[in-house]
Amino acid sequence: MEDKLVVQAADAVEVELPVAGIGSRSYAFLIDWHLRFLLALAWLALVAVLVGLLSPAEDFFSPLLKAGKVALYAALLPAAAIYFLYHPLLEIVMQGRTPGKRMAGIRIVTERALTPDAGALIIRNVFRLVDSLPAFYVLGLVVAMFTARQVRIGDLAAGTLLVYDTGKRSLDFDGVIGFSSSRLSPADRELLDDLLERWRGLDAPLRRGLAEKFLARIGEPVAQGGTESELRKRLRKLRDESRGKPA
Amino acid sequence: MASRPEAALTAWLQGRAAQWQRLSRILAEVSSRRQAELPQLKELVSGYRALARDVSLARAAAPDAKLVARLEALLTQAREVIHRRPGNARDALAGLFRDGAARAAFELRGRIAAVTALFLASAAAGWWLVHSYPELAALFASEQMINRVQRGELWTDGLINIVPSALLSLGIMTNNIVVSLFAFTLGALYGLGTLYIVGMNGLMLGGVFALTAQHGLAGRLAEFVVAHGMVEISVILLAAAAGVELGEALARPGNRSRAAAFRDAVRRAGQLLPVCVVFLVGAGLIEGYVSPDPHFTMAQRVTIGVVYWLFLLLVLSGRLRRRPHGRSDLPL
Repeated sequence: MEDKLVVQAADAVEVELPVAGIGSRSYAFLIDWHLRFLLALAWLALVAVLVGLLSPAEDFFSPLLKAGKVALYAALLPAAAIYFLYHPLLEIVMQGRTPGKRMAGIRIVTERALTPDAGALIIRNVFRLVDSLPAFYVLGLVVAMFTARQVRIGDLAAGTLLVYDTGKRSLDFDGVIGFSSSRLSPADRELLDDLLERWRGLDAPLRRGLAEKFLARIGEPVAQGGTESELRKRLRKLRDESRGKPA
Repeated sequence: MASRPEAALTAWLQGRAAQWQRLSRILAEVSSRRQAELPQLKELVSGYRALARDVSLARAAAPDAKLVARLEALLTQAREVIHRRPGNARDALAGLFRDGAARAAFELRGRIAAVTALFLASAAAGWWLVHSYPELAALFASEQMINRVQRGELWTDGLINIVPSALLSLGIMTNNIVVSLFAFTLGALYGLGTLYIVGMNGLMLGGVFALTAQHGLAGRLAEFVVAHGMVEISVILLAAAAGVELGEALARPGNRSRAAAFRDAVRRAGQLLPVCVVFLVGAGLIEGYVSPDPHFTMAQRVTIGVVYWLFLLLVLSGRLRRRPHGRSDLPL
C-alpha cells in the first residue's frame, strides 16, 4: 500500500500528499449518501405537500400518487436528478470535493496531485455503475482493498485518487513565526499554539498541568492558586506578545 | 532565551514571512478570478520557486515544525494554480464532435465491426430460437406483451395516448443512456460484461421480431422502430465497442501496466461517449414524438431514421473537422 502521493514541485522539491484510505472514503460516501437521499426526499415531500394543499387527504403521499403520471414524474425526475447528479456536479463545482469529502477532510486529485478536469470527474462517476455492483459498492471496495492507492475502478479509469486535503490548511503564518523581540523560541511558540488550540478538548487537570509545565519551561513564575481562566489568559498574552501584537 | 541557531531561524523566518503572506494573497486573488494580470502571474511564478527553496530550508532546519506543514500547503496551492490546465468545457465538447469522436471511431473500427457482428449473430439466434420454439418468447417478452401480440396488437399501440410524449422521451432516453454507459463501463470486467449486454440485446431484438412475425406484426414493429432504432442501436454498439477496448486493454496491456493501459483506453474510447449521449437524446425524442404517432407514414419514418443515421455517420467520419484557413499545402 502507498500511503503517500509524492510529486515534484519547483526546483526538484518534493511535495507529499497523504493518500486517503477506505475508511475515509467510506465515511465521506456515507455522509454524501445521506445528504443526497435527504435532499431528494425533501423535494418529494415538498411536492407532496403542494399537491396535498390542492387536494387534501389523510395520507401524506396519496394525493401525489392519485394526481396522475405527469405529477408523479414531475416529482420523481427532479428527485432522481438530485440523487444521481449530486456527485458529478458537486465534484466539478467544488473542485474535487463534496460536502461529505470536505467533512472527512479528503479530496480528489489526479496522479500529478492536481484538481481533475470535468472530463475525469465525469468518467470517475460514470464508473460508479460498475463499482456499485452487485450491491452496496462491493466491487469498488474490493478493488480499493487490493490497489496500492486504495482506489476504486472509477478512479483507475479517470487516473484519480483521494488524498487528505492539506490545501485548505490555515496559511496564517503569524502563529508559527515569532517576533524578533519575543522571548519564545520557535519550538516554544508551536507548543503554546498547540496547547491553546487543544485547550477545550483537554481535561481540566491535564490542561492546567500542561500550562504550568510550559510556564516553568520558559522560566515564567507559576502562580499557585490562580483560576484556570487566568492561566489561559496568561498563555494567550504570551502568544500575542510572541506575534508582536499589542497585549 | 532562544539559542543562537533558533534566533537565526527566527530571523530568517521573519525575513521571508512577508513574501509568503504576499504569495498567499496573490493565490487567493488568482484562484477567485478566471483571468489574471501578467505581472501578478509573473510574481506568482517567481514566488513559487522561492517558496520551494524555503520549504527545502525549513525542512532541513525544523522538520517537525508547524511552519513546514503550512509552507507545504502554500506550495501545494501555488503548484495547483500554476499547473492548472486552461479549461473550457464548451470548446472541449465541440472538439469531441469535430474531431475526437471521429478519431476514436476510426481507431475502434475493428471493435465496432466485431460487436456489430456479435449483435447480428445474437439477433439471428434470438429469431431462430423463438421461431423454432415459440414458448421461448417468454424469455424476451413479458406475459402482457405476448398476450397483446397474440390478440394482434403491438404493445406500442396507443402508447402516445397513455403516456405524454415528453415523459415517454425522457424515460426512453434515460434508459438508453444507462444501457450505453453499462455497455461501456462493463468493459472493465475484461470486456465480458460488454459482450453480455450486446448479446442479450441482440437476442431480445431477434426474439421479439420473431414473436411479432408469427402473428403478422413484424412489419408494424419495423415501422415503429425504424425512425429511432437505426441511431439507437448504432450508438449502443459504439459504446459497446469502446467497452471492448477497455477489456482488450486489461487483457493485453502490452508493455504498460494494466492500470495504465486501462486508463489510456478510457481516455481514447471515452471520447465517443458524449457523442453517444447526445445522439441518444435525439433518438429518445424521436421515439417519444414520432415513432408512436400514427400520423407519420412509413416513408417519413424511414427518411427521419436514415437522415439522422447519416448525420451520426457524418460526425463519426470527421467531416465536421475545422479546416485551417489560408494554409498552403506546398512544402516551404
